[in-house]
Amino acid sequence: MLKWTPYYILLFFVCLSCSNESVDEYVPTPSPLQIPQLFQDNILAPVIPTNNPQTVEGIALGKKLFSDPILSADNSQACVNCHAPENAFTDPDRFSDGIDGLLGNRNSMPLFNLAWNYDEKFFWDGRVFSLEHQAFQPVTDPLEMHNTWAQVEQRLQQHIEYPNLFERAFGTSTIDSTLVTKAIAQFERTLISSNSKFDKYLLGEVTLTPQELNGFNVFMDETKGDCFHCHGSDKNPLWTDNIFHNNGLDATITDLGLGKVTGDPADNGKFKSPSLRNLAFTAPYMHDGRFATLDEVINHYSEGLQNSPTIDPLMKKVDQGGVQLSTQDKADLKAFLLTLSDYHFIDNN
Amino acid sequence: MQKIFPILFFSLITLVSCGTDNDDKVSESIVTFNFNHNWDGSTVTNTNFSTIQYTNANGEELSITKLRYLISNITFQKSDGETFVLNGYNLVDVTNNTNLSFSPTTTIPKGSYSKVSFTFGFNNEDNYNNNYPDLNAASWSVPALLGGGYHYMQLEGRFINNITTQTGYVYHTIRAVDNSGATPTFQDTFFEVDLGEVTITNNATFEINMNIAEWFKNPNTWDLNTLNNMLMPNFNAQMMMFQNGQDVFSLSAVNQ
Repeated sequence: MLKWTPYYILLFFVCLSCSNESVDEYVPTPSPLQIPQLFQDNILAPVIPTNNPQTVEGIALGKKLFSDPILSADNSQACVNCHAPENAFTDPDRFSDGIDGLLGNRNSMPLFNLAWNYDEKFFWDGRVFSLEHQAFQPVTDPLEMHNTWAQVEQRLQQHIEYPNLFERAFGTSTIDSTLVTKAIAQFERTLISSNSKFDKYLLGEVTLTPQELNGFNVFMDETKGDCFHCHGSDKNPLWTDNIFHNNGLDATITDLGLGKVTGDPADNGKFKSPSLRNLAFTAPYMHDGRFATLDEVINHYSEGLQNSPTIDPLMKKVDQGGVQLSTQDKADLKAFLLTLSDYHFIDNN
Repeated sequence: MQKIFPILFFSLITLVSCGTDNDDKVSESIVTFNFNHNWDGSTVTNTNFSTIQYTNANGEELSITKLRYLISNITFQKSDGETFVLNGYNLVDVTNNTNLSFSPTTTIPKGSYSKVSFTFGFNNEDNYNNNYPDLNAASWSVPALLGGGYHYMQLEGRFINNITTQTGYVYHTIRAVDNSGATPTFQDTFFEVDLGEVTITNNATFEINMNIAEWFKNPNTWDLNTLNNMLMPNFNAQMMMFQNGQDVFSLSAVNQ
């Protein structure tokens, strides 16, 4: 037995050395997304990149960066300026102005439930893959923050707090743009909207008015609104398909949308279906913010459709301008749509 | 040194036992189903989409902008009645070039089968008794107003109508429902696609073809001028789709 003793001692030290390594490695605190019940029950799990897991420290850093004008060239504009919590993380303007006072050409998109965008194509035209990559663009866009990443990195590196916050979030105090976008993406993934009146109705916690119920039926009826093919349903709590459609806004297409990204003329005039959650807070509507009210939106689908070579086949009765909803059905549909607004989300972010 | 012999002996036995497992698996085959698409013989992929280039049996020129459909219950049946139903279902998505090849997780024993088949769509048990997160996320569900469950197929595109204007068509198949009375009346529209007899000698790949033109052809010559939209609640249209679907699929090869 004694002759095995040296081997046992060796084994002991091997184990001890492994143990020491794991103790030394810094690991930020995991903070898995809280998946809402209706999401858990009905749709696929959210997309979380393996190289950017959610952590307490990463989310906190992302939230701070999201609200910090340090990202813009003249320290005057933060993400939150065009993506305000009270507007479900968009703003009330048709087009938002950047630091140089120049207007963009697309309506600022609201931000919620982004981790459930399974195809990970972001922006109205889907030009960017992944939430992390999306966050790169506004910082350098001349119409937005008009900065350079080199300057952002330098400022953050010289900041009194940020090196320590990055150390805690990612285990390094050396700041680069990739880590900045990772932190912002982690924060954005926590923006989950799932407490609307209609959510509570589906969970059996509240009842809907007869008008709201009829509005839901108009939404789900292929001979009336037929909204569900693109905008989700009681089985798809995202209230969007996150797919790109030409919804008949223009007979002559000037903003190519997805078509400019893919180079395929068949994609001209296609833009991402936005979620119908939180419409009470996100006016104006459409990719170019052309409609100031929900009534205008509903009237568009009812009477205002414009034919064009790429209009989606789901836009029916185009020759008559649309589905010709009655005044009552329009009012009911609007009442239903407003049940998808999540005041809890607004109040708690 | 003698102390090592029991360890070597045990290791040998372990290895031999693993080898026996492998022998068992040799008698099982992995089957793969490839879904190919054509318009009366001309290959159709998503690269052919969005251009008006096909003519249906009624003479309308048309394009395809979306095609996806559900298959389920792949079944291998022996002549003595023994059946093997493979796990899972597959949402073939030609638009996005995904799920054109489907390999069920279950394997089947090698041997001769008197009938291989799959279901177009879901049977009623699968359609109503389960909630499918992947299908819900793909916006594949059917409104409760029409009985709930799931779509079987979504075929969409544009056609040139009888006044030479381009118009969209939306050819969606679901379980037929007649809502005209006090209570809805349903008629099944899922159907079995019989691929015939097959002898499985190795891992096998089935080449399945869908002739899209058949949806518009036989026995009902489809007039897109009158039936181009709002077909989900149209009981008669759903029954005509069901009838036309019977000859849509064929098996061109089993490679093994």
